[in-house]
Amino acid sequence: MDVILQNFLNLKILGEAAPYLWSGFKMTLLLCMVVVPLGVAGGLAVALASTLKSKWLRWPVVAYVDFFRAFPPLVLLIFIAFGLPFLGLDLPAFAAVALAFLLNTSSYYGEIFRAGIESIPRQQFEAARSTGLNAAQTLAWVIVPQATRNVIPDLISNTLEVAKLTSIASVVALPELLYAARQGQALTYNATPIIAAGIIYVACLWPLVRLLSRFEHRQIALH
Amino acid sequence: MNDRPPILDVAELRKSFGHLEVLKGVDLQVRPRELVFIIGPSGSGKSTLLRCCNRLEEPTSGSIRVEGMDIMAPGVDINLVRRRIGMVFQSFNLYPHLNVLGNVTLALRKALNKPRAEAEEAGMQALARVGLANKAKAYPNELSGGQQQRVAIARALALEPTIMLFDEPTSALDPELVGSVLAVMREMRESGMTMVVVSHEMRFARSAADRVVFMDQGMILEQGQPEKLFNAPDHARLKQFISSIERH
Amino acid sequence: MQIAKLVDTFFDVQVMLQYLPKIVEGFFLTIQLALAVVFAGIACGLALALLRVARVKAVNFFIVLFADVLRALPPLVLIFIFYFALPPAGIRMSGFVATWLALALGLAAFAEEIFWAALLAVPKGQWEAARSTGLDFVKALRYVVLPQAVRITVPPLTNRTIAVTKGTALGAAVAVGEILYQAQSAYTFSYNPSTLTLGAIAYLVLFVPVVWFGRWVETRFAWKR
Ligand SMILES: Nc1ncnc2c1ncn2[C@@H]1O[C@H](COP(=O)(O)OP(=O)(O)O)[C@@H](O)[C@H]1O
Ligand SMILES: [Mg+2]
Repeated sequence: MDVILQNFLNLKILGEAAPYLWSGFKMTLLLCMVVVPLGVAGGLAVALASTLKSKWLRWPVVAYVDFFRAFPPLVLLIFIAFGLPFLGLDLPAFAAVALAFLLNTSSYYGEIFRAGIESIPRQQFEAARSTGLNAAQTLAWVIVPQATRNVIPDLISNTLEVAKLTSIASVVALPELLYAARQGQALTYNATPIIAAGIIYVACLWPLVRLLSRFEHRQIALH
Repeated sequence: MNDRPPILDVAELRKSFGHLEVLKGVDLQVRPRELVFIIGPSGSGKSTLLRCCNRLEEPTSGSIRVEGMDIMAPGVDINLVRRRIGMVFQSFNLYPHLNVLGNVTLALRKALNKPRAEAEEAGMQALARVGLANKAKAYPNELSGGQQQRVAIARALALEPTIMLFDEPTSALDPELVGSVLAVMREMRESGMTMVVVSHEMRFARSAADRVVFMDQGMILEQGQPEKLFNAPDHARLKQFISSIERH
Repeated sequence: MQIAKLVDTFFDVQVMLQYLPKIVEGFFLTIQLALAVVFAGIACGLALALLRVARVKAVNFFIVLFADVLRALPPLVLIFIFYFALPPAGIRMSGFVATWLALALGLAAFAEEIFWAALLAVPKGQWEAARSTGLDFVKALRYVVLPQAVRITVPPLTNRTIAVTKGTALGAAVAVGEILYQAQSAYTFSYNPSTLTLGAIAYLVLFVPVVWFGRWVETRFAWKR
């Protein structure tokens, strides 16, 4: 028991690592606040593009979505962080992460929104158009709000995954929570900072997990 | 008319859900070859009574005997008892992932461990009795409601039960499909099956039932021969119930 | 001219050919790791969901706790815990095992929730019909309820499984010699991004069919509710 406390929940070590963890936590939070809205906006754009009538416009969108869904996000991130400089594009780590997340998560959010839009019956378009709204207005005021409501559980689920995924930024040395924890561990020769980071992730994301379980079971009750 | 020992003997049966007492001391005997019809307003405990008889619901107190055996006794093999009691549900409850013959033979094969060929022979016989031998390979979602319910009856019949319980077997059916199910039930009665039927089909009750039982608020308020009950009920509540049914 | 430079930088055929054997090696390790994760994760998730059906309060508490924590924990954090944090306590595992265990546990948590939700979604009448014909609890579960539940789980489980197997790339962070690791070390040796391109192509070769398979599963199982 003592060994475990010494190695995993050492308060003295925790005190030493706390400043790192705190700044890492803030960075993770900032990252989430940037990449989630970016991904949602990108996803919405992708979904709207995939509703287009023209095959020639729709096809590239499907290809884009499948391409980035097939790419492990970490691979994409490494490619952007190490590859782009060769094009003379030396992005700072944060921007590289944001770009990788935009490409990856917009394809996921895009699929979700597309499913939402497809769940709206045609009559809704027709009813809205018959009241004189144009196509864009119909989408903005009638279709997208309903579509979004229909897929809220999936949106939350994906957002949870995105929040968890921000931890891969540590691999390209962006000093977010996991990176800070690894640094703390390296400096103190003690696992406490990593365990602490794990606890912080669980504490922050657990409410989302609970909310999701609620949704899932409620959906089932309706069937 | 029939003084052999009862197949089903329910005495002083009580059942509560939490604080709500749904059955308040029910006594009911059903003798061999008898068709007992149970009527009563919604929520009066008819389904609960049937479901207690094969312990889909656990009775709170009282005794239930099937063919003389106390099914509440400790150590009783309830799965064995359930094979002796066929049950037909309002919502059919066919297994959607199995075809008709698969539905009918599942218990024969997995509970009675009969070899496939033997189970299928028994299954085909049961299907023939309900007039659906030609649908053996169909899946439930390809059948009409009336056909589905007849398959459900065959599923119970295949186990050769000594008594069959029907919980509103025609309530979920479109009116034009009711007749086919009632015809099967009539045939079963004529071949001597003991049956307890919860239903609102008063015409069927008049022509086929040996006895009608009226339940109200968890108790049996009145019972007797159909003509007596329908034409000259003793209780005002029963009179009111009958007129509300016959007005539709 | 610009295009020529781009091709030279990212598609240097000579460099690619030189490192191809390494990437192929990584490719097969990725497949091994992914298969190990999928089998362990789904089997464990199904076992937990079935255990949960018995509705023993204390047991279910721990199952829910497990599922919640593992769904909230980023897999990379778990990999680091296994790989960096456990050795001081005397538990040592290779990067491969750490990655496998972390991903399998994560998949198990999701699979448990998916199976459990599907088991709940099977109407109560199915249980009752089965039990009324004398099938015992285990047989009713096995022959009537589970086959229907599994059907419902196929699309969400496929998608989740695809997402988790892509997590095998995280193994690169703890020196598992899978595709990304091989590509990165080739890049370090050669300082030529064509090696990364090669790694990316390997992932596309592996996962584009998988994503298409996922789409096919979704449409195939969507019509029946
Ligand atoms: N599982 C249950 N839990 C709680 N209350 C129940 C349950 N099943 C039935 N009841 C209640 O018991 C009463 C009798 O129900 P039921 O036997 O289904 O009546 P009937 O079949 O005559 O309409 C109703 O008030 C119903 O709400
Ligand atoms: Mg009822």
